[in-house]
Amino acid sequence: MTIILLFIVAAITGMASVLDEAQFHRPVVACTMTGAVLGDMTTGIILGGTLEMMALGWMNVGAAMAPDAALASVVSTILVIVGHQSIGAGIALAVPLAAAGQVLTIFVRTITVFFQHLADKYAEEGSCRGIEMCHFAGLILQALRVAIPAIAIYLVAGTDTVNNALNSIPEVITRGLQVAGGFIVVVGYAMVINLMNAQKLMVYFFLGFLLAVFTDINLIGFGAIGAICAYFHIKGMQTEIHIDEVAASGGGGAKIEGDDIDDSELM
Amino acid sequence: MEKKVTKDDLFWMFVRSNFLLGSFNFERMQAIGFCVSMIPILKRVYTGDDLKAALRRHLEFFNTQPFVAAAIMGIIGAMEEKKANGADISEATLSGVKVGLIGPLAGVGDPIFWGTLRPVLAALGAGVALTGSLIGPMIFFIGFNAIRLATHWYGVQYGYEKGTALVENIGGNQMHFLTEGASVLGLLVMGALVAKWTSVNMPLVISEYTNSAGEHVVTTLQSILDSLMPSIVPLLMTFACMFLLKKGVNALTVIVGLFAIGIIGYAVGLMA
Repeated sequence: MTIILLFIVAAITGMASVLDEAQFHRPVVACTMTGAVLGDMTTGIILGGTLEMMALGWMNVGAAMAPDAALASVVSTILVIVGHQSIGAGIALAVPLAAAGQVLTIFVRTITVFFQHLADKYAEEGSCRGIEMCHFAGLILQALRVAIPAIAIYLVAGTDTVNNALNSIPEVITRGLQVAGGFIVVVGYAMVINLMNAQKLMVYFFLGFLLAVFTDINLIGFGAIGAICAYFHIKGMQTEIHIDEVAASGGGGAKIEGDDIDDSELM
Repeated sequence: MEKKVTKDDLFWMFVRSNFLLGSFNFERMQAIGFCVSMIPILKRVYTGDDLKAALRRHLEFFNTQPFVAAAIMGIIGAMEEKKANGADISEATLSGVKVGLIGPLAGVGDPIFWGTLRPVLAALGAGVALTGSLIGPMIFFIGFNAIRLATHWYGVQYGYEKGTALVENIGGNQMHFLTEGASVLGLLVMGALVAKWTSVNMPLVISEYTNSAGEHVVTTLQSILDSLMPSIVPLLMTFACMFLLKKGVNALTVIVGLFAIGIIGYAVGLMA
């Protein structure tokens, strides 16, 4: 029974991983579901939260592909709960698993090129059903590429060989990985910041950093401050555009207003 | 008789738009998914050879942020409907609009959804999840999906209603303001996260003495750093990562490198 449920959960995360819609593949959701199926949801949630922090910046942008959170989440949860590993060990294992998952999805995305050409053939015949089948065949392959390895590891996770192998990792490695776990998230932050790619906006990044270092404002507070900053920033941009327009038209004379509301007050 | 897209067709387009990336492949990326999402409308307005031609043209390369793609589907749906009713819209125009929207919409969608909304909600959810509470995953899952589904639904509806008119709207300043505002918010929160949700401890002892009051005083590298600027190490690490990633270094390589720093740092007693 557990195997069937685990297969379903792993298949869902595999599909979500390529779709990137409902986010079942994100560690905080995937580890929770896997934990629930394996009978220890709390451990799943904590592991998921820890992994999520690390994976914040794993995203599919343009043609770039994120490390695979689906396989990493499901398999590391199996190893922690069924294989009785520590959460630290689970996190350490997640990185190579994410890389392995990425290789598997690259494999599937290459195979799907074949379905693309099959779909062309169905278009020639005017067969909508055929194109739909090509589409969902690709999706099913993505489901299997997580579900099959997950079941395989579930079946051996409890046995001594895997446990012994995991326990033979020296302490300096496991403790060191835990230390690294404290700051590995900076990679995610860096990816997000690079994505926004706005040198002139970095001043807001430093503002957030300084406020966090020297005050006790919580994240909701930061959201509110950020919204206010965004408001004034846009206001400033509008003013710039307005001044440019006045300057360009040349007919504004000495009259330079901040915005439309000030217009009526000055008149 | 005029061919008209029904509300049902738009509803099924919305449903199918949730599976856009299902058959993602390296050759034409989201092409099959886009075509499959268009099928309800294409089947409504075309038959025979016209349908074949329409299916073919929507198996072209397509790739954008998947939530904003719904708006493109709506627009193209409206254009296909007009074309089926005899409007002078060439295949080139349809392809032009499609490809023309891919870039700008991805440019808006990527920083808003991947750059801001998901990391912020995920970090919020993960923070609560660390306490073992189911509320953490729920915050992320429900919050993100509510916004995502609304974007899909209104994207299809709005795209279809506005048709070609939306193309002009996007050219205006409003989208630019939205993108910049979202970046300001995102960067401020990111700056806070660098300080709040990282932990670096450097217990390397710099000096150790017993003061005049007889108290044992230990000065570590961390206590010096804390008195200057707490969280300075994660900040510098963030900049180092940004630099490496910009140089094209693979993210997994950077992660492996940071793990190496953690292990070596622990081994030599610099970090704990």
